[in-house]
Amino acid sequence: MNAPRHFAPLARLLHWLMALMIIAMLFIGAGMVASVSERHEWLLQLHKPLGIAILLLVVVRLVVRFTTRTPPLPADLPGWQALTAKASHVLLYVLMLVLPLLGWSMISAAGDPVMLSESLRLPSILPADAQTFALLRKAHGYLAYLLFLTVLVHLAAALFHGWVRRDEVLDSMLRGKR
Amino acid sequence: MVDPSSGPRPPLSAASLTLRLAGIAVVVAALAGAFAYVNGTLDPQRLTPKALVNVLETNNGVHAGFRRNHSKGVCVAGYFESSGEARAYSSAQVFNDARTPVVGRFALPSGNPYAPDGSVPIRSLALRFTQANGQQWRTGMNSMPVFPVGTPEAFYQLQQAQSPDPTTGKPNPAAVPAFFAAHPEAMPFLQWIKTAKPSASYATETYNGINAFYLVNPAGQRQAVRWGVVPMSQDAADAAPPQGADFLEQDLGKRLAAGPLRWRLDITLANPGDPVNDASKAWPSDRKVINAGTLVLESTQAQDNGECRDINYDPLILPSGIEGSDDPLLAARSAAYASSYLRRTSEVSQLPATRESRQ
Repeated sequence: MNAPRHFAPLARLLHWLMALMIIAMLFIGAGMVASVSERHEWLLQLHKPLGIAILLLVVVRLVVRFTTRTPPLPADLPGWQALTAKASHVLLYVLMLVLPLLGWSMISAAGDPVMLSESLRLPSILPADAQTFALLRKAHGYLAYLLFLTVLVHLAAALFHGWVRRDEVLDSMLRGKR
Repeated sequence: MVDPSSGPRPPLSAASLTLRLAGIAVVVAALAGAFAYVNGTLDPQRLTPKALVNVLETNNGVHAGFRRNHSKGVCVAGYFESSGEARAYSSAQVFNDARTPVVGRFALPSGNPYAPDGSVPIRSLALRFTQANGQQWRTGMNSMPVFPVGTPEAFYQLQQAQSPDPTTGKPNPAAVPAFFAAHPEAMPFLQWIKTAKPSASYATETYNGINAFYLVNPAGQRQAVRWGVVPMSQDAADAAPPQGADFLEQDLGKRLAAGPLRWRLDITLANPGDPVNDASKAWPSDRKVINAGTLVLESTQAQDNGECRDINYDPLILPSGIEGSDDPLLAARSAAYASSYLRRTSEVSQLPATRESRQ
């Protein structure tokens, strides 16, 4: 059987849905910590449920990733680019999984109730501890910036494939079988 | 099968390649630029939580591990006994259950953890109610009836007016009067502070939530309210403050050794049209007040290692049945407390008590 030329439809749906959610999430997070206005409050109320939604979706996505066949990278891609592509995808998956967990853990470590809405509360996953909170909160911020940088590199690379190399990489995520 | 899309593409002309690479750079720069605007980098005029906490540090110095404001205080613990009267207005469990545990903190409204107790006429009380369902109600209250200003921007300017002048190293004595001259909304506060004296005890003070909130009942009806706690023991309320710098904590310990201290939780119901978005404005005194129950404080702990130390008394941590109003100070307090909380939790090991216990 030949390798597929495109990602599976479910994989493409998850990719684009999560792309929107993650970019929204990064902007929401950056905006809320830099605001003292009412924006701070409503962005925070969006940030928490959206983070848990991303956590659930990334689990589904990992299952899809490991159970569907993915198109190979172009054979003529230079070795360092192929390696960077693989490493950056691993990093994206790790950060998508780790950032919501860090958010959940840091709220737990602060001793704050983990409220997803006015009445929906998730259990705490860590005991309250000030120093643990400080560590997790900083990691959450720094790793979010790392995720944003990785997303920018991912975007630039996708456009490079589509506009400069003009190979099948961008197309494999944009379109299905023709 | 011949696929026209596979196989080598004709090479791009130098002009086309440059244009395409520039296109990629524009897309990436636009996204990065939008992000830099949202996070404040490209919007330096915006009042941020960081700027609010920084000005407090400028005025008071950095005291590692301590709160950046209301730095000197003491932890207390006890419980709240609901009278049931607030049940008609709010579905919050705290008003329904007979008893809800409380961890609180009395403090002075200064950013200096070593300020003498007699140096300011205001005392504060922060409370955390932990409901049986795991939801929490946190509130920070002050002994003044109104806040000097109604917006975070004005609060920031008031702090700036108290900042040391870079040339003299001292605050400009004309700055605070100039601020108040430009801020007539501060009149009710200024009227009050004229006659306010530093109390000899935390126990004899009334503490007002000042900001407005909404109580929401099971039918979804919203009632704008302000709350406060009124001491049930009024003894020696007019006593002159004793000598020494730390008489409040000693007085509290002495009183608690003799028995629990009680406050009545009063909830004032707004009439339609009362300002719910301006903490500098009092409500008329004829508003209906319900007695929601009794706050009973039983024990005290030092703040350096007591339970209140690691609690961020964020006024927007609320249970279902209580909601924030559109008072702009609430979101600002929430945002600034988060910034102060991260700074001080990063410095817990530098607190004097933590250092001593290691030696």
